Amino acid sequence: MTARTWVENIGRLTVEGVTEMGLGAALLAESLYWLAAGPSQKQPVRVTAVLQQAMEIGIKALPITAVLSVAIGVMVSIQGIHTLKIFGAESQVTLGVALSVTREFAPLITGILVAGRSGSALAARLATMKINEEISALTVMGVSPVRYLVAPALVAMMIVLPLLTWFSDCIGLAGAGLYISADLGMQFGAYADELRNVLAVDDVMHGIGKSVLFAMLITIVGVVNGSIVTGGAEGVGRVTTRSVVHAIAAIVITDMIFAFIVTR
Amino acid sequence: MSDPLAIEVKGLRVEYGGRAVLRNVNLQVRAGEVMVIMGGSGSGKSTFLRHLLGLEKPAAGEIRILGDDITQMSWAQMLELRKKMGVAFQSGALLGSLTVGENILLPLREHTRLDESTMRIMMRLKLDVVNLPGCEDLMPSQLSGGMIKRASLARAIIMDPKLLFLDEPSSGLDPVVAAAIDELILKLNEAGMSMVVVTHMLESAFKIADRIAVLGDGEVLVSGTIDEVRASKDERVQALLNRREKHEELPPEEYLKRLTTRPEART
Repeated sequence: MTARTWVENIGRLTVEGVTEMGLGAALLAESLYWLAAGPSQKQPVRVTAVLQQAMEIGIKALPITAVLSVAIGVMVSIQGIHTLKIFGAESQVTLGVALSVTREFAPLITGILVAGRSGSALAARLATMKINEEISALTVMGVSPVRYLVAPALVAMMIVLPLLTWFSDCIGLAGAGLYISADLGMQFGAYADELRNVLAVDDVMHGIGKSVLFAMLITIVGVVNGSIVTGGAEGVGRVTTRSVVHAIAAIVITDMIFAFIVTR
Repeated sequence: MSDPLAIEVKGLRVEYGGRAVLRNVNLQVRAGEVMVIMGGSGSGKSTFLRHLLGLEKPAAGEIRILGDDITQMSWAQMLELRKKMGVAFQSGALLGSLTVGENILLPLREHTRLDESTMRIMMRLKLDVVNLPGCEDLMPSQLSGGMIKRASLARAIIMDPKLLFLDEPSSGLDPVVAAAIDELILKLNEAGMSMVVVTHMLESAFKIADRIAVLGDGEVLVSGTIDEVRASKDERVQALLNRREKHEELPPEEYLKRLTTRPEART
């Protein structure tokens, strides 16, 4: 590869990236427009569509969220006890577990899970619809595809992901409590009391707040990737994979920026 | 006095990446007529249709649909016009997550305030028109190619549009089903709908068309009645009508030059 080709590729990728970010911002703005102005134009965002999406994103993800949350809770407890043992302070593990799970692990793991499960499904669905001319069909019927497809997914994601994160907090801390009780011989009730003392509402809201941002990112990344599909089934597969990678990268980077701004 | 125009296209130019796909296309569709757009693969038929439907903006030109220039219209203005238009896509484009009945009901649900039972009666009526009675609870994946085209047609006519666009309505179907679709198109035309039908099926075109426009090399090669098109002296039109591939005769030196020169250097 010559230096010129290399520079050209970087330039092209930069332009594509900026274009996609612009498309994402435009889709977000249009979704918010339809949510606000849709009812007055007799084109409301359908509640049934939001509920349908919420069911898909949230209720069906509960079992796998529970399993991963318990695993994370136990894992953080093991590492916490192991580290604190060095200082003979393993009884202080509850503080570390409580803050780690609520501020970081629950929102992060739930976000990654939903990005892989629902963000990719959204991208695949929209890409398939575009290739089958279903998006064009909606447009010529006078139905805004953003109002009909994107806005319900966005609303559902922004409601359900914080709830899933809160669910993950509860299950993760319960899993951690069971392990800590067993390992340190502490009563589960004593663990719960200590949790109440060390955990502030702010800590839980820190994680919930992040999950709202993650919800927006997952939806927009899925929609942008779904809408730029080209080619047939191969194209759908490509944008689906791309959507998962982009959403997870966006979540982790946003998490770091959020932590930097809010925690320091 | 001549019939009012359902569609008037003036000086339409469409470019993709600086390359002109359509150049100075002019066309008129009279109210109540069936205009068939024909042309070989890559002639710009589908691109032309997408512009007529307002799905894409042209580089230049005017597209008047029922009197309004859609190249200058906002989404809200287009919405009112779209309620008077019906479209059946080549693939059917039924929403895969909805049943056939829900697909047909979608425009009614979005644009009218009719009660559910009235809408359902209208949906069943249209299913009867396209000869798909009792199929409302089936999913699109359970339908054959011909049934998908019919269901798509039922959705296109559910709002009783003034103007109907059909993209390759009988392609990929066996001759019996294709003939039935043609009969259906004629029946709908008798009810007063103006139609634009894009097709490459000669038999179908000659059966349903009041007038035909042949697209080729990004322009309208000829437009007129079936006899006028048949009488065209343009060899590209004759090649299409006689199903002959157009062979370009090049002197050997020119052919060698084409093989050995990069595409952008040729012009």
